[in-house]
Amino acid sequence: MFTNFFYLLRRKKVPVSITEWMALIDALSRGFAFSSLDTFYYLARSILVKSEGYFDQYDSAFEEYFGGIETSERFRDEVLEWLKDPVNRIELTEDEVTRLGWSDFDYLTETHQQKMMELRERRDGEASTFDSYDVDPERIRFGGTSIYKSALQVAKERKFRNYRSDVVLDVRSFQTALKRLRRLSRIGPEDELDLDATIDHTCKNAGDLEFKWRRARKNAVKLLLFMDVGGSMSPYAKLCGRLFSAAHAATHFKDFKYYYFHNCIYDSVFEDIERNEVTNTSHLLNTLDSDHKVIFLGDACMGDEELTMKYGAIYYYERNEVPGIVWFQRISDHFKRVVWLNPEDLSEWNHPTIKMIRRIFPMFELTLEGLDAAISMLIARY
Amino acid sequence: MSERKFDRFMGTQKYIVSEPLKNAVNVAIALQRPLLVKGEPGTGKTLLAHNIALGLDKELIVWNIKSTSTAQDGLYIYDTVQRLNDSRFGDGDVSDIKQYIKLGKLGMAFTHSERVVLILDEIDKADVEFPNDLLNELDEMSFHIHETNETINAKHRPIVVITSNSEKELPDAFLRRCIFHYIEFPDETLMEEIVMVHFPEIKKDLLREVLKKFYLLRGINEFRKKPSTSELLDWIQALNAGGISCEDVSDEIPFLGVLLKKEADYEHFISKGAEASRA
Repeated sequence: MFTNFFYLLRRKKVPVSITEWMALIDALSRGFAFSSLDTFYYLARSILVKSEGYFDQYDSAFEEYFGGIETSERFRDEVLEWLKDPVNRIELTEDEVTRLGWSDFDYLTETHQQKMMELRERRDGEASTFDSYDVDPERIRFGGTSIYKSALQVAKERKFRNYRSDVVLDVRSFQTALKRLRRLSRIGPEDELDLDATIDHTCKNAGDLEFKWRRARKNAVKLLLFMDVGGSMSPYAKLCGRLFSAAHAATHFKDFKYYYFHNCIYDSVFEDIERNEVTNTSHLLNTLDSDHKVIFLGDACMGDEELTMKYGAIYYYERNEVPGIVWFQRISDHFKRVVWLNPEDLSEWNHPTIKMIRRIFPMFELTLEGLDAAISMLIARY
Repeated sequence: MSERKFDRFMGTQKYIVSEPLKNAVNVAIALQRPLLVKGEPGTGKTLLAHNIALGLDKELIVWNIKSTSTAQDGLYIYDTVQRLNDSRFGDGDVSDIKQYIKLGKLGMAFTHSERVVLILDEIDKADVEFPNDLLNELDEMSFHIHETNETINAKHRPIVVITSNSEKELPDAFLRRCIFHYIEFPDETLMEEIVMVHFPEIKKDLLREVLKKFYLLRGINEFRKKPSTSELLDWIQALNAGGISCEDVSDEIPFLGVLLKKEADYEHFISKGAEASRA
């Protein structure tokens, strides 16, 4: 049943597994969908989709698969329910009663929409008999049970678009991602009770208690961030700013250093965003351990000569004896783990300098998925 | 509609549930799978478990997960230090290991004589491996105590609710076993209902004004932390206590600090938002 919907979801990159699909079938066979498309929408979503990040893909798949199917049963049930109350019948004109004939369900369904309009109008005038029907154009409520927009309407709305993990990123999502960047090792003061050692020593001590302490596990990851500022990066300033604040606010790094550059790295990098204070790149390479995790953040788009030529730097006064690409290579050689995050869309990645830099550093898109992949690469053991 | 044998959650007087959430809860109960609830802070994730327990008249066991929590804490703790101490000073029967096994929250839920509601609150606070360590226990609803060679089987599978603020991604294998629901931020109509439940005596015009101001604040995208339902309720309580009238709220926003918790947001609003609110 609906097996193609399962494959459609998978094609839309929603990670659905067979276990979950079986659970859905189980739920369906027990009648949880109440034969209603609306209930099915939420039922299937809660069982199959495990992150609001995929709701949008789910919505789009749902619309594609179930689009065009109307749930008429619900309308009919509602109207019947509504008619059960004799008070409501009084509200109908005699003409309406004769036209309805009371048993003509199809006709009832057809005129249901029209009825709703009337309800709305009356609501404006007198509220007495319709108190239990909280009717407003946006939401319709019958006798206490709420009816939200139909599933297809919800799906069409695609209101979870902003939750898609491959588009928007805020500081928090960066933080979440950066939190994964950790490797625990025992450092710091000996303030944790080492139970096994305590037992061992106590036994050796003929049962006389002897406490043993050890160092707590702390994160040993050191992070080095190089950020491209100015020029072509300006449109991404906000996005990059968020990554920076996330990294800066993360307290779990053993060491966190950041430097700025413009387009390409040469003999020196900047310590501040205004590019006043400089640090020698070779100094960095000499003083920083090779186990620093390095993240480059830049669009990697520049003139060919800026990357490959001696004296190619964009600023005439920065007479670089060594071409930028050599510096990149040196950084790549020195540090064990380096990744490049690129805010440019993947479709722009055929730019010549991007291609060249990608040969040196693994490059990822600056999206949540890209960042996750990048971090997996940074913490991977050999 | 066919007869259903399982407990059905219908919401409680103090807690308004949307139809999809209600269904998610019931499906989770019927399929006997943990319900994973995500959503903005302050949308009532934790309260949901409390109200499931209340609505179904079950006991609630709360396991607040902390960054130091391990899966083992939830199962049982073997109090070795106490045993060592007893052996040293001759108190208690040291040969009976059983009395040094203290069941954790999960263990308590399993051994309870009735079906209980168990909430694992803020599971994302714990170490990234934490959910993986609980996979089997939540699946089989049983665990083994090595020290006494005893297997604890759940007498009645507890109704498990798990909340997460997505600070950490949960592992796929774990997610696969859950029913997932994302609590959306309530729209104005639902919010009105929620407020009415908590403050039945609130005046209509004040409520309208309050909600107008509240959604205006929520509409400011530059905020680092948007005010949430629980803050709105606090705010109304503050307004009540301060005897603030409807007119006062329409002119300015009294007790702004109740709604905005970040200094940056506060300043941003004072500088920019103030004009917008008057407009």
